[in-house]
Amino acid sequence: MSLERSIVKLSAALRAKEVSSVELTRRYLERIERHGELNAFINVDRERALAQARSADERIASGKVGPLTGIPLAHKDIFCTDGMLTTCGSKILANFVAPYDATVIERFNAAGAVILGKTNMDEFAMGSSTENSYFGPVRNPWDRDAVPGGSSGGSAAAVAAGLAPAATGTDTGGSIRQPAAFCGITGLKPSYGRVSRYGMIAFASSLDQGGILTPSAEDAAVLLNVMAGFDPRDSTSVDRPVPDYSAQLDHGIKGVTIGLPREFFGEGLGAEVGLAVEAAIDEYKNLGCEVVDINMPNCSLAVPCYYVLAPAEASSNLARYDGVRYGYRAPEYTDLTDMYKKTRSQGFGTEVKRRILIGTYALSAGYYDAYYLQALKLRRLIAEDFRRAFESCDVIVGPTTPTTAFALGAKVDDPVAMYLNDIYTIPVNLAGLPGVSVPAGFDSAGHPIGLQIIGQYFDEGRILNVAHCYQQATDWHKRIPNGFE
Amino acid sequence: MRWEPVIGLEVHIQLLTQSKIFSGESTRYGAEPNMQACAVDIALPGVLPVMNKEAVRMAVKFGLAVGAQINHRSVFARKNYFYPDLPKGYQISQYELPIVSRGHIDIEYDGAIKTIGITRAHLEEDAGKSLHEDFHGLTGIDLNRAGTPLLEIVSEPDMRSAQEAVSYLKKLHALVRYLQICDGNMQEGSFRCDANVSVRPRGQTELGTRSELKNINSFRFVEKAIKFEIERQIDVLEGGGTVVQETRLYDPGKDETRSMRSKEEAHDYRYFPDPDLPPLEFDESFVKAVKQTLPELPDAKRDRFMSQYGLNAYDAGVLTTAREMADYYEEVVSASGADPKLVANWVTGELSGYLNKDNREIADSAVSSTALAGMIKRIADSTISGKIAKEVLDAMWNGEGDADAVIEKRGLKQITDMSAIEKVVDEVLAANPVQVEQHASGEQKVFGYFVGQVMKATSGKANPKQVNEILEKKLRS
Amino acid sequence: MNVSTGKGGFNQIHEYDSLPHSSNRSTKPEMALNRADVEKIAHLARLQVDEQEAKAFAASLSRILELIEQMNAVDTTGVTPMAHPQEAGLRLREDRVTEVNAREKFQRNAPATERDLYLVPKVIE
Repeated sequence: MSLERSIVKLSAALRAKEVSSVELTRRYLERIERHGELNAFINVDRERALAQARSADERIASGKVGPLTGIPLAHKDIFCTDGMLTTCGSKILANFVAPYDATVIERFNAAGAVILGKTNMDEFAMGSSTENSYFGPVRNPWDRDAVPGGSSGGSAAAVAAGLAPAATGTDTGGSIRQPAAFCGITGLKPSYGRVSRYGMIAFASSLDQGGILTPSAEDAAVLLNVMAGFDPRDSTSVDRPVPDYSAQLDHGIKGVTIGLPREFFGEGLGAEVGLAVEAAIDEYKNLGCEVVDINMPNCSLAVPCYYVLAPAEASSNLARYDGVRYGYRAPEYTDLTDMYKKTRSQGFGTEVKRRILIGTYALSAGYYDAYYLQALKLRRLIAEDFRRAFESCDVIVGPTTPTTAFALGAKVDDPVAMYLNDIYTIPVNLAGLPGVSVPAGFDSAGHPIGLQIIGQYFDEGRILNVAHCYQQATDWHKRIPNGFE
Repeated sequence: MRWEPVIGLEVHIQLLTQSKIFSGESTRYGAEPNMQACAVDIALPGVLPVMNKEAVRMAVKFGLAVGAQINHRSVFARKNYFYPDLPKGYQISQYELPIVSRGHIDIEYDGAIKTIGITRAHLEEDAGKSLHEDFHGLTGIDLNRAGTPLLEIVSEPDMRSAQEAVSYLKKLHALVRYLQICDGNMQEGSFRCDANVSVRPRGQTELGTRSELKNINSFRFVEKAIKFEIERQIDVLEGGGTVVQETRLYDPGKDETRSMRSKEEAHDYRYFPDPDLPPLEFDESFVKAVKQTLPELPDAKRDRFMSQYGLNAYDAGVLTTAREMADYYEEVVSASGADPKLVANWVTGELSGYLNKDNREIADSAVSSTALAGMIKRIADSTISGKIAKEVLDAMWNGEGDADAVIEKRGLKQITDMSAIEKVVDEVLAANPVQVEQHASGEQKVFGYFVGQVMKATSGKANPKQVNEILEKKLRS
Repeated sequence: MNVSTGKGGFNQIHEYDSLPHSSNRSTKPEMALNRADVEKIAHLARLQVDEQEAKAFAASLSRILELIEQMNAVDTTGVTPMAHPQEAGLRLREDRVTEVNAREKFQRNAPATERDLYLVPKVIE
């Protein structure tokens, strides 16, 4: 029996009692176990999942059903989950049992969803390949020698391989959209402020945003309906009504204007990715969309700008991991400073240390103006590029990544090459806009290609609508990697 | 003297909010260790700060009271450094754009009025406490205090002596208590002072190298620490040395300051705007609403006490130093309906004596304002004399009830029956013929002797005015 | 179909003639970091790096700084820095105590506690 991927259909089956949540949960737990070699999960709590499934079945029996009641989900191990290990992919939190639920977890729990487990990730979400995890790299279900992307690589691999119907992720510079592209699934990063950051372990606070990795845009809408909304515990959460994202999916897109940033199609873009994106744009033309060229002159500096701001914020956000109140503490030390240094050096991996060093340097006396302040000003110019662009289009479309999934180990020794993977996704985080990556084909190696759709602030409904219409006309998102049927 | 001291003060006041500045945890003092340290306060992974509105109001209130500029947009920044009582590894503070800037406080010293500039006042969070005793060589960390709202008030280097510094500090202390934004408890650390001290040759305009004296927790110690430090620096300079810029700690036991070498490591706080907290913005209507909650301030109140109650500057000053004292005084005036000067004498005199003796604040006075008013009423209506009143107040202070009860129980009611007093006067005159003779021959001062004898015979209860009248009449005749 | 392409992709950012260039930035930080620089920064960040690591970090950080330096191609005079993606001001919370004690639960994660205090090596004042 092949696995039903659509959450909308799974939900209908649960409601019709064709399948119980316990059966569904068991099926996924078994798949997770069977495909342990992907290393998609850091922690699976079978008993807890089944207990939640049983209570979901009771709710279904009593008729108290929402669209996610009884649906098993995987959560990136960056979301604090009360009573569960929450490691953020780091040795420094390898023993940390979160004593509270992140708002995102709380909302999914309240909706009756089941927690299958916590997915693997780049340590503290710093990475584009999920090779920076203390718990080992994740493998791409389409090609086990390739990376799944990152940092939400565990979530992306899990959804692509059918180890979970959907998974949460976080996106600071592309960490949802890029692994979604590499794994051939749909990945949505909402507008900054749309989803609460409370309980989501911080990497770069002004850029981090929680989102979801799903088989389709239609499923993303169902999850976003639950996930989005104002949270008084997050001062950057925006108090603004949440529309029914599912209701907007089928709106016609005839006459919608698509902006193509010239700069997203220049040198650096892989030929096969470029062709797939061109084909997708043709599809949109067939669907009646207008296509216009736009200019984003300052976006070319988004990567340098990001590699000042994100590490600067991270260097401060990660100062709390000092071995005093929770987490790892070095076994031996001579004094307080030695304890700090040994704890942090043993507890953090190389990439995390590298970014802490860069960020510390960028904020330090004498360099602040040239690095940090200059980056904040560039950030304004980049946001202005988008504002101007949206005067002439409704959505912006382009590639999610310059290339498809690369081989494991190919870029671990070259951080700059790794960073350049996110050139098309980073500008969106800097501006705080919503973006979604949808599958748009495969390269000759059989690696999936992602198409990125970027919207205006709080226009998640529109980009999901544009993504959904594409998925109604194509079947790239329905392709399943071999061995994971 | 060749040298001129230059002093600026940085005062941290804990704001009297119910909850912490960025969390819903209680700020109550004295809880068991870490009982009042919630997820936000101990900086668990994933937690976020949410700003307390009352702390903003209090900061604005302070700014208005010192005639400062209220900044309608201010920015929270992170001050990064590692310390075990600083759970996040950074303190949320305000750096480039504080909520209050450019105010002033007038102090009186040696009869002259001097204006001390306030550079800025900014909101920030307090750290926890490190406890060093009794952990077999380890330090224990209590985070109950972490996240308590602080207003840091930074003065200009406008003070020129330790005494001026103390005047400023006392003025500030009275002010924040008037505003009810701080309880002013220096022992519990609600009101903490750091002093920047330097000296320079008199006439020189540029500042000398300063040292920073940390956490001096009483007015007396502030004065002593600054005095010591001024002399130390002068000794260094006169000995041909140079003053090192450093942090020094005052040791009250030895009455000296010493260098805190452990804190001397070069600091680089890497301030940057806190991405978790958008800029703090409010409009003029917010400021106006706060303005309406401003109480009458000490200087205005003192002036009013002088004009309204006819008090001299000294008494008015004493009565308005603390808001509670001023309120108490006005309650007594109003409830007794007596002469305000009479009331002032009782409050600043006898009552203050009892408060000092028992080391009590006016708020904890054993004699309430209503009770004191009741007693003063009895002086005004001649039920008791001022002298007897002292006995009555003593009894009241010791819990024997209100003035009327004490007068009744002890039989202290003044004798105002003319015939009764006349009878005693007659007896006294009859018993002292020699003195009567002396008086008749012009020795006026024996008159006092007769008054004394009459009062003695009546145990002080005869109305002194009547005694005088009757004596005069009898002796004339 | 034909997607009109720009004259260069992101890897050619220096060729953007639409970018206003600034030739005389007064403070141009040193791009390359040496081992001593790394050790100094590492101390600020309370990270221990041995000689080998310091050398490796010096090399990779220098390459990253080279990337970052590209920002200086833009004249940002008069541009308002953007520290937050939303323009909204800070939301304020009413002054109410809402927390209940959870000390025991929190301290289960603590490496060392005694008498309800978190223990650390002696802090020298």
